[in-house]
Amino acid sequence: MTSTSHRTGHSTGHGTGQVGEQHAEIRVKVNGVPRRFDVPVRRTLCDALRTDLELTGTHVGCEHGVCGACTVLLDGEPVRSCLMLAVSADEHEVTTVEGLTEPDGTLSPTQQAFVDCHGLQCGFCTPGFLTTISAFVAENDDPTPEEAREAIGGNLCRCTGYQNIVASVLRAAELTRERAAGDAPPADRGPAPDAPAASTQGGAL
Amino acid sequence: MKTSKFTYHAPRTVAEALDTLAEHSVDAKVLAGGQSLVPVMAMRLAAPAHLVDINKLTPELGDLEVTGDGVRIGALVRHARLERDADAAVRVPLVGQALRHVAHPTIRNRGTTVGSLAHADPSAEMPVVLALLGGSVVARSVRGERTIDAADFFVGPMESVLGYDELAVSAFFPAVPGRAGTAFDEITRRHGDYAMCGLAVVAQLDEADRFTSLRLAFVSVSDVPEVVDLTDDVAGTPYTDVDHAALGDRVRELVDPAGDLHASADFRRHLAAVLTQRLTREAAERAAGVAPGAAATAGTAPTTRGGRA
Amino acid sequence: MTTRGFGEPVKRVEDPRLVTGKGRYVDDIGDDRTLHAAFVRSPHARARIRDIDPFEAYEVDGVVAVYTWDDLAGPAAEPLPLLIPHPDLTHPRTGYALARDAVNHVGEAVAMVVARDRYVAEDAVALVKVDYEVLKPVVGLRKAAAAEELVYDDVPGNAAAVSTQAYGDAATAVAQAPHRLTFEWDIERSACMPMEGKGVHARWDRHEEKLTLWTATQTSTGVRGAVSAKLGLDLTQVDVVTPDVGGGFGVKIVHPWPEEIMVPWASMRLGRDVKWTEDRREHFVSSAHERAQLLTVDVGFDDEGRVLGMEVDILHDHGAYIPYGLIVPINASTQLLGPYKPDAYRVTFTSLYTNTVLVTPYRGAGRPQGVYAMERTMDRIAQYLGKDRLAVREANFIQPDEFPVDFGLMFQDGRPLKYDSGNYPGLADKLRALVGWDEFEDFRAQARSEGRRVGIGLGFYVEGTGPGPYEGGHVQVLTSGKVKVATGITSQGQGHQTAFAQIVATELGVPFEDVIVTTGDTRRFGYSVGTFASRGAVMSGSAIALAARKVRDRTLRLAADALEADPGDLEIVEGQVQVKGDPSTAVGIGTVAVLSNPLRYAFDEASKAATQFSGGPVDYSQPPIAPGDKPGLDETDYYSPPASTFAAGAHAVIVETDPDTAEIHILKYAVVHDCGRMVNPRIVEGQIHGGVAQGVGGALYEVMAYDEAGQLANASFMDFLMPYVSEVPTSIEIDHLETPSPLNPLGIKGAGEAGVIPTSAAIAAAIEDAEGIPIVRMPISPSELFDLRRAAAYPEPVVNTMPGTASTRWVDPASLPAAPTTESEDRP
Repeated sequence: MTSTSHRTGHSTGHGTGQVGEQHAEIRVKVNGVPRRFDVPVRRTLCDALRTDLELTGTHVGCEHGVCGACTVLLDGEPVRSCLMLAVSADEHEVTTVEGLTEPDGTLSPTQQAFVDCHGLQCGFCTPGFLTTISAFVAENDDPTPEEAREAIGGNLCRCTGYQNIVASVLRAAELTRERAAGDAPPADRGPAPDAPAASTQGGAL
Repeated sequence: MKTSKFTYHAPRTVAEALDTLAEHSVDAKVLAGGQSLVPVMAMRLAAPAHLVDINKLTPELGDLEVTGDGVRIGALVRHARLERDADAAVRVPLVGQALRHVAHPTIRNRGTTVGSLAHADPSAEMPVVLALLGGSVVARSVRGERTIDAADFFVGPMESVLGYDELAVSAFFPAVPGRAGTAFDEITRRHGDYAMCGLAVVAQLDEADRFTSLRLAFVSVSDVPEVVDLTDDVAGTPYTDVDHAALGDRVRELVDPAGDLHASADFRRHLAAVLTQRLTREAAERAAGVAPGAAATAGTAPTTRGGRA
Repeated sequence: MTTRGFGEPVKRVEDPRLVTGKGRYVDDIGDDRTLHAAFVRSPHARARIRDIDPFEAYEVDGVVAVYTWDDLAGPAAEPLPLLIPHPDLTHPRTGYALARDAVNHVGEAVAMVVARDRYVAEDAVALVKVDYEVLKPVVGLRKAAAAEELVYDDVPGNAAAVSTQAYGDAATAVAQAPHRLTFEWDIERSACMPMEGKGVHARWDRHEEKLTLWTATQTSTGVRGAVSAKLGLDLTQVDVVTPDVGGGFGVKIVHPWPEEIMVPWASMRLGRDVKWTEDRREHFVSSAHERAQLLTVDVGFDDEGRVLGMEVDILHDHGAYIPYGLIVPINASTQLLGPYKPDAYRVTFTSLYTNTVLVTPYRGAGRPQGVYAMERTMDRIAQYLGKDRLAVREANFIQPDEFPVDFGLMFQDGRPLKYDSGNYPGLADKLRALVGWDEFEDFRAQARSEGRRVGIGLGFYVEGTGPGPYEGGHVQVLTSGKVKVATGITSQGQGHQTAFAQIVATELGVPFEDVIVTTGDTRRFGYSVGTFASRGAVMSGSAIALAARKVRDRTLRLAADALEADPGDLEIVEGQVQVKGDPSTAVGIGTVAVLSNPLRYAFDEASKAATQFSGGPVDYSQPPIAPGDKPGLDETDYYSPPASTFAAGAHAVIVETDPDTAEIHILKYAVVHDCGRMVNPRIVEGQIHGGVAQGVGGALYEVMAYDEAGQLANASFMDFLMPYVSEVPTSIEIDHLETPSPLNPLGIKGAGEAGVIPTSAAIAAAIEDAEGIPIVRMPISPSELFDLRRAAAYPEPVVNTMPGTASTRWVDPASLPAAPTTESEDRP
């Protein structure tokens, strides 16, 4: 919250029987960019990221904190964005899956590892794994398989049976070490900015 | 699964928070880590009219203090910070042994330990630890401040003695004096779930490796954390001579758990006995300095866990 | 030949998008003006609706509309379609888009709120007052079969269908067999539970009078047909687009879900985009479940364990409605046979109504239940005869030289149950080595000496995959040389864009990178059935291959004219058409695409070559487009098989049970898998991994815990225990056998469901082997295993000697009176 008190607004609508929603203006640094925006106070962080900031890479899988799909980094630490109100993120830094990619579009070690190891199928839980693992390999770039499993222990995936996600954690650590040592293999790029949003679809949205 | 409307308060000082709580009393809920509160609000099982977010109070509530007597934590100390604190692990190893079983790391990054105590979930780990160690919670309100012993703090499932206008500002986990060893483990369905049964043990030995006390507290077995004191069963007996299976049988008689979807009452009772047999030995060996982890951080067995807040 | 063609473990082209947050799922579509829907859902399992009062909900600030069934008219007000009728489905019942005057399960949609956002919509949902007359529900198979209460007054016995299939005289064969055993096998409910629930976004364009619907479905063409029928629109007024979908596993093949009608219906009325995103709680109580069946087996066999006759009776719980017909019990009753062909077989299933969420296919679709009954029966035959469990199976295998094998039964696609190819002894040989079957007793002895309990279990299955009626593919070469491919089936993570690009790269001879595939968009391809029954690669893969072959032929023909060569002397290599072995003659296929389309107008350098004054030899006696020919370098083709193709596999698992805590740990999991020729082994293995994990969930963790009132007691991820990484085997050993299918041009069979099918059978067998206690009901939890251990102090198997035969009936210990020290808890 800014230091002034919260603005209370009444949204438009034809009904009159209920009072409007309390809103608040918050300042959050998202993926390195300072953002200042107005949210209803009850909006969760994941909903705010998705609707107010149009960062739809963060997915909502259960809204009760069990599946981990919505995991983002709050000041560098993985947290469930469905269990946080957006207003509570005021004056903090948030990193989403969109923010993992290098500024030049190069895939991060974790993203590259998922591509290399077939660490995803439908891709829905993937952003939560990517943020979680990114924070993990930043702390431990040489994990044992057991540590790799422990690191992803709170994220549900229904497609992969986790085998290739564990492999991706180990590969992400390996790529992190290689990039630190400056002998990394050429990495893939994310889709170009003008690439079609989703090539499963034929036309524009 | 969207929370219903509430009026949001983000006080900048504890005093401001206490004023807000006093004003709205029964209509207000305190939001700290939110790992238990937010999901029940999303399911609309809780719909507080006022939400008092204390996350801006880190300057006043963010302290973690390790003294010769134990570990004191402010209301905004997250599980993860307490778990990683090396001094706390040395002073009160049981705290770290139990914290590793609290849900998953991502939950521990945000959830607060004091919040877990205030939530008073009988399936949670930290209330049991507080009860077993004989710790306390400091509650403050506009009426003043009081220190509540763990034995008095928990009054029912999801219910503490905290008044509607009170804020739990800190908790104290005392160190166990003398030649003491602790152990914690739990049996869960999935890794990270609430325990079907969990157990915390404190064993104290004299210089001749004879028990001077043996106390237990179970997770998911009673409505409020209860300390089961087996000192009379073992006092004066060298720990190597104790029949741990018999202690398990004794516990089988003493506990009276309820059944649920994941574990029948009888199975819970059985697990309580199994854990007793395993962990009383482990705690005693730690006290005697012969078990790994006697010094501090090493826990029991593989990490299986439950509980959040 | 491209190095990223058919059969290569190519990295997926989908992934760079999905790992950077650029995936596009239904809930990602929309903007500030989009309205959000939420549904009032029944809190009762069975009730009449006396009255609905939406007044207070209307008053909520931000609410735009509240709808009930009374607002509907015409086809939209009629019951939802019975998608798959069947002669034996004598009493079909389907729900309404919104409940009309009764509700039949907790979670059934009763009213719809449309508001400015989902939060407000949920506020209003809480204020809609529904007056219910609560009735006694029917919950559970035994209650449904007992029929003391009826779900529908006009459906006697709660039975929607009673269906029998047979070959030979099974009753006589069983009666005259040297040995006879009877069992009752019991499997509980689970569900697909994709990480993304359902979702619908509708946009009605009132100027063009066209509806565009984005929905997380497994069949965009199915939804299109259903929505146009329900909303009174011409098919051509409706487009259905399936964007990225966060997993399906079967639940998204059902259509139209009530929301798929109501959301576009509301969009048409309101003239605004309307969306609905299913939340997790809704998914639990309003999206389909599966699995619950009781299977009674009466089997007769000889001294070698060969099954001479088998009679099976199945009670199938299909929930409150049966829109998807009898597919699940037909699968269970026919695929139960697996890799065996008993001399005589009779199966009868009864499909029963209960006041619970409807049951429709979940990955495996009835096969896990049938395989469970058959494989556990094989285990017990071996136990009874004192024989090796694998040896008894081997004695019953259909042999490789017996194919095709026609059982004289009808499969779920309405065509003969006829196995096209397979090598079941080959599977067994590979599995024996992979799991270490012959070394297991040494391992067990070693473990025993350490006070540990271990056991091993097996599960074989045959899976009919790639059912028809058809799929199609369109392959178009652009003048840029890029190749655009479209097929109607949808994708939910199977890597279709990658696999189909591999097929086209190989068939056409173009670089893999140049092939771009679109799935599940009726704007690009309007004829399709959908993604289910492990049919994507078989059906669309084959259709696309056929279309690509036609494009290749056409390319060679057109290039032959330009190169003045015989088409038979040409080849296409990495997108270049050339005289075989002579790269100097190469012409890009993009250039051929230019030449294929005679132009009046040039729009870039390349297209100049196709204009009318561009020079070059012209035969003025012929028109620019020869009679019977067409412009452009694109082709469409379809694949329609005579029958399904039958994949097969075998699983083995080694478990350890904790003697104290009854915890069950998987030490080793081995899979031998035969899906014919593999398009992409990496994707196939990923499918197996995921299937096994779901199978482990279904065997040890997941159950839909309905109480007697029909309330789902565990409708959250806290209590419905989907496996985390910690619950799946540390490694899943996989070996492949590739027995091509003779039915399709690529020799492939489906792979999507394989991992999940025999998992419960194998795990139950392994626990039984470790514990020495009969395991009858699955899934099993440590608490239940603990109860079984207690009860095992009770009688030995009850043995009834009948004239001329020995009949043994294992009694489920859980059904015995509890030991005095045991508080036996029935499964809720």
